[in-house]
Amino acid sequence: MSDAISPSEPAVVLRDLRVAFGKVQVVDGVDLTVERGQALALIGESGSGKSVTLRAILRLFAEGRSRIEGEIRAAGRDVRALSRRQLADFRGGDVSMIFQEPLLAFDPVYTVGQQITEAIHRHETISRDEARKRALALFERVRIPSPDRRLDNYPHEMSGGMRQRAMIALALACRPQVLLADEPTTALDATVQIQVLLLLRELQRDLGLSIVIVTHDLGAAVEVADRIAVMYAGKIVETGTAHQVVLNPHHPYTIGLLRSRAEGALAKGSRLQTIPGSPPDLANRPPGCPFAPRCFLAEERCRREMPPVAEIGPGHRVACWRTEEASAAYRAGPTPVRAVEAVPA
Amino acid sequence: MLLYILKRLVYVTPVAFGVSVVCFLLVHLAPGDPLSAVLPADATQATIDEMRAAYGFDKPLPVQYLIWLWHVLHGDLGVSIATGRPVLGEVSRAVVNSLILASVATVIGFTFGTLFGFVAGYHRNSIADRAASALSVFGVSVPHYWLGMVLVIVFSATLGWLPPTGAGPDGSGNWRPDFDHLRYLILPAVTMSVIPTGIIARTVRALVADILAQDFVEALRAKGMDERGVFKHVVRNAAPTALAIMGLQLGYLLGGSILVETVFAWPGTGFLLNAAIFQRDLPLLQGSILVLAMFFVVLNLLVDVMQTALDPRIERA
Repeated sequence: MSDAISPSEPAVVLRDLRVAFGKVQVVDGVDLTVERGQALALIGESGSGKSVTLRAILRLFAEGRSRIEGEIRAAGRDVRALSRRQLADFRGGDVSMIFQEPLLAFDPVYTVGQQITEAIHRHETISRDEARKRALALFERVRIPSPDRRLDNYPHEMSGGMRQRAMIALALACRPQVLLADEPTTALDATVQIQVLLLLRELQRDLGLSIVIVTHDLGAAVEVADRIAVMYAGKIVETGTAHQVVLNPHHPYTIGLLRSRAEGALAKGSRLQTIPGSPPDLANRPPGCPFAPRCFLAEERCRREMPPVAEIGPGHRVACWRTEEASAAYRAGPTPVRAVEAVPA
Repeated sequence: MLLYILKRLVYVTPVAFGVSVVCFLLVHLAPGDPLSAVLPADATQATIDEMRAAYGFDKPLPVQYLIWLWHVLHGDLGVSIATGRPVLGEVSRAVVNSLILASVATVIGFTFGTLFGFVAGYHRNSIADRAASALSVFGVSVPHYWLGMVLVIVFSATLGWLPPTGAGPDGSGNWRPDFDHLRYLILPAVTMSVIPTGIIARTVRALVADILAQDFVEALRAKGMDERGVFKHVVRNAAPTALAIMGLQLGYLLGGSILVETVFAWPGTGFLLNAAIFQRDLPLLQGSILVLAMFFVVLNLLVDVMQTALDPRIERA
């Protein structure tokens, strides 16, 4: 569908991406690179701007109500320079997206098969039979049982896991190079989550897809992603390979996220560690590091000046003044993170 | 689908029965003796009794009902007390006239209602939205007999463009689809369309706004659909509800607006009902109420079937 990407060009490049809705700067200078065939997980809590960053790659915002600055390149295209027509061809053709709640992301009054063939017809001149055959092959590819019958199902007639598989089939209908996934497993049962993640991983390998997956679930991120980028208040605070970020975190926020997982069996009566406070008001950003008010290592400088991005290992970058102290604190054990009064057992 | 329609038809039977009972009894609840309107004031008791027996008013109510129902089922709605003509003929002529007026008014209402609704729903809080909302509030709240009179004053009395009353130049109640008759239709149809326009506009605005805010619209854009493609989905999602509202509005209008038909002397069911009430023309009143109620029942059935055909989420069992 698109011009071939030169082999050296990454699948997605964001440079100093800024997205604002009115006065609210939701994404505040994001730099991100996803190499071809790679999966990157964007993690962070609600309101960190991860979903907005993802949508910016497709420019999925109402014109006029949003302001996008910086550079967005995906599948070899300069996304901000695309005309309306080119953008429509680009969406679903070069880069496609799957959504958090597949029941809501399908039009309820058309069959799933119709919605897949609609996308195929939108991007390619192809006969009805051919489109139907392609849809059937996609359903087989994502391993939906009795695919021929399932194509004629309405979304509400499928189970949650099957719907998400169908959504993935829809996203792959026009052979995109990049797949964006917005919390694709959040609405699913725990047992189904892992199946969907494994399917994504498999498709990425087999089809050479590049994937950007947004999630707040570290477990899901580790499952599919080669690299992880941690977002906080519209900025990327730490990025590296999944191993680097999970095993050797250098940003206090990443450490907080890792610590606040209920990993293994919590002994009865022990407290789940949490990060105190709540994310800053994005319309009214304080100077300095946005995480400083909640940080167990924050000092005077953190509240005054935004820390620069430091490369602390090959491809492992952290935006923090006190990476050494953070890393040391993490290695020393669970005590340093201020445990807020959790619900007593 | 066929099975579903058959099932719905079976469900309609008890409703129709209930409606016929209510129609029959309703008239008996009204005060006044129907015969007093046709008999001279100085009629002897013997004459009155004779007339009562002739019309069957001397029998007990359930028997009167069964006799009436038997006749109704054979297409005999009795004879109008006032005119002496069969009720069926009177009612069907009026129904045809009301149907013409109601259909035209509904088409106008649906066209402008959906137009305003879509514009307002797509551009919420814009000037167009406020204008459309103001218009629909006006449409729903203005008394339409008053609007009818204003239209008559402006377009008939002052400008002389359109005839003020009646259904045709010959003064007859038979409407024909030609230009001369069409001119008689315009003012009452416009007056009648104002309420459905407002109601449909408000419903469609809410529907469209709600649909546009749903996730699947973003998903449609994400798979490369342009605005025209998205619009198709919005229409398809709004259609079941919008059509249901339209069907109900058509039902209301079919009942004829007594006030509008009276203002314009339009020989429809509203006009007929009005006459029947004032003349205490019991058979005519019963017959026209029954026919109108049945229309409503049938229309509801059609709306249900149509909604089921359009929205796969409604159970077809």
